[in-house]
Amino acid sequence: MSMNVVVCVKQIPDPAAPPALDPGTNNLARTGKLILDDSDAYGVEMALQLVDAAGGGEVTLVSMAPNGETSGLRTALAMGAAKAILVSDEALAGTDALGTAKVLAAAIRRAEPNLVLAATESSDGYTGTTPVQVAELLGFPSVTFAKKVEISGDSVSVERQTEAGYDEVSSPLPAVVTVTAGVVEPRYPSFKGIMAAKSKPVETLTVADLGLDAGQVGATGARQEITGVADAEARGAGEIVVDEGDGAQRIIAFLEQLKVL
Amino acid sequence: MSIDKIWVLAEVADGKPITASLELISHATTLAATVEAVAFGDATASVAATLGEYGATKVHDIGDLAGALPGVPVASAIAAAVGSGSGPDAILFPATYDGRDIAGRLSVKLDRPVLTNVVGLVAGDGGLTTQHAIFGGTQVASARFTGDGPGIFVIRAKSFPAEPKGAAAAEVVAAPAPDAGPTNAARVIARHVEERTGPKLDEADVVVSGGRGLGEKDQYSMIEELAGLLHGAPGASRAIVDAGWVPYAYQVGQTGKTVKPTVYLACGISGATQHMVGMKNSKNIVAINKDQDAPIFSVADLGIVGDVHKVVPKLIEAIKARG
Repeated sequence: MSMNVVVCVKQIPDPAAPPALDPGTNNLARTGKLILDDSDAYGVEMALQLVDAAGGGEVTLVSMAPNGETSGLRTALAMGAAKAILVSDEALAGTDALGTAKVLAAAIRRAEPNLVLAATESSDGYTGTTPVQVAELLGFPSVTFAKKVEISGDSVSVERQTEAGYDEVSSPLPAVVTVTAGVVEPRYPSFKGIMAAKSKPVETLTVADLGLDAGQVGATGARQEITGVADAEARGAGEIVVDEGDGAQRIIAFLEQLKVL
Repeated sequence: MSIDKIWVLAEVADGKPITASLELISHATTLAATVEAVAFGDATASVAATLGEYGATKVHDIGDLAGALPGVPVASAIAAAVGSGSGPDAILFPATYDGRDIAGRLSVKLDRPVLTNVVGLVAGDGGLTTQHAIFGGTQVASARFTGDGPGIFVIRAKSFPAEPKGAAAAEVVAAPAPDAGPTNAARVIARHVEERTGPKLDEADVVVSGGRGLGEKDQYSMIEELAGLLHGAPGASRAIVDAGWVPYAYQVGQTGKTVKPTVYLACGISGATQHMVGMKNSKNIVAINKDQDAPIFSVADLGIVGDVHKVVPKLIEAIKARG
């Protein structure tokens, strides 16, 4: 059986660097080198394992970036993905989550996948709705918050996180599944993988290539706007002390004062 | 756009509306003249009294989903109501697993964007303005929708108080979901409940959380022990949930639970943005971390710069000694 899996991946600013807003647009500043969102490494690993288990097929990455950035894609290609589709267009700057979903859905459709994997949410924007929007645009069922994913025949079995525990869910393919961090242990790209990734195909498409109307994406297509940014109410400065063996006693005294003890 | 009518997704668990939904109904009554609930499942009729008490005058009852995941059928039912002209000006969803799914599906059906991670919602001249905690809660961004059509909002738990108004039971109106075809083909085969002892994480008066600073999985047992001694709930940072030390249900933060206990004790947690958003509104915060520059200290009322492996066992011993 051949299993073609698309993984939606996001290239984000290094989370270790302090985040900032673009003062002109109040959008998240995405300047500088972008890296593969850590959350996406789980989807890439899951996809590689599912293709392996199926004994055929390939993993295709789909990503969107305003400036032709591929460094994050190369990381996922080095892990073992076969190829990537990157939608990159100046017209995409300022695209909201729904516009992003329209772009990704159009690109995913070209890859004709059996399964689409994505993270539950990105580590920079945290919107968390894009994968389900993609599913609706593609007319696919979706199962979110998967902590276990298995393919059996032409359906996918998922253990889906719930408030109370988890549900066993079954869905026919093609489907969209979002995976929680920890669903699998992402592999580190090998040296061989890193070298091979340099020559793997990255197809770069524009909004027009996808047949989308430019008015649906970018800042013009976004129908939400940030109206202001202000400092949050700061907490009063606390007491920070170096433990000289009395740390536990200080905590006890604090808890007593609050009548927790 | 004036806001006359707001719908709130009323999720039901254990036969009762979840607190996050009641918070949204309560707050919606301060924003619009008419507040109505949307509910699904087999217990809708029995929760109409509670939903009414908090301010919903109607419950649009989608009914039992026959094993379907809620995203598609609930969004289809809401979209049908909007299409028929009887829909609301805004729809509020609690930031739950199902709430986010329904909001995402509905967004495409109505071709309207979603504002997620909302922590504040105020009415103004141009409609509703949202507030979002960004950069670990150090700043607040305000946002709003432009263009026509209902606003779709996904709102974090504990953003507003839930206050009963003592009003009459909500009227239950059937709102069956139209057939959504193959898109609605995912089915729940079985449900599993993971037992936890002690108070629930998002309701506990004391939360003791552990992070990467614990060093290894086995060390988490001291977090559980300390939480037990304080009659609280154990929590965790995303880092150790990702590492598989504890189940996802323990996670406090952006992706996990929002908590506002009387005391939050962060042990070996550095205070990543993702974590801080879920706990920084705790009434009192105690942090133990060996790195004095850890961001967690910026929100701590009491910060101990030290080794969790020394401080926590001493704390456990001292509390035990008090009997």
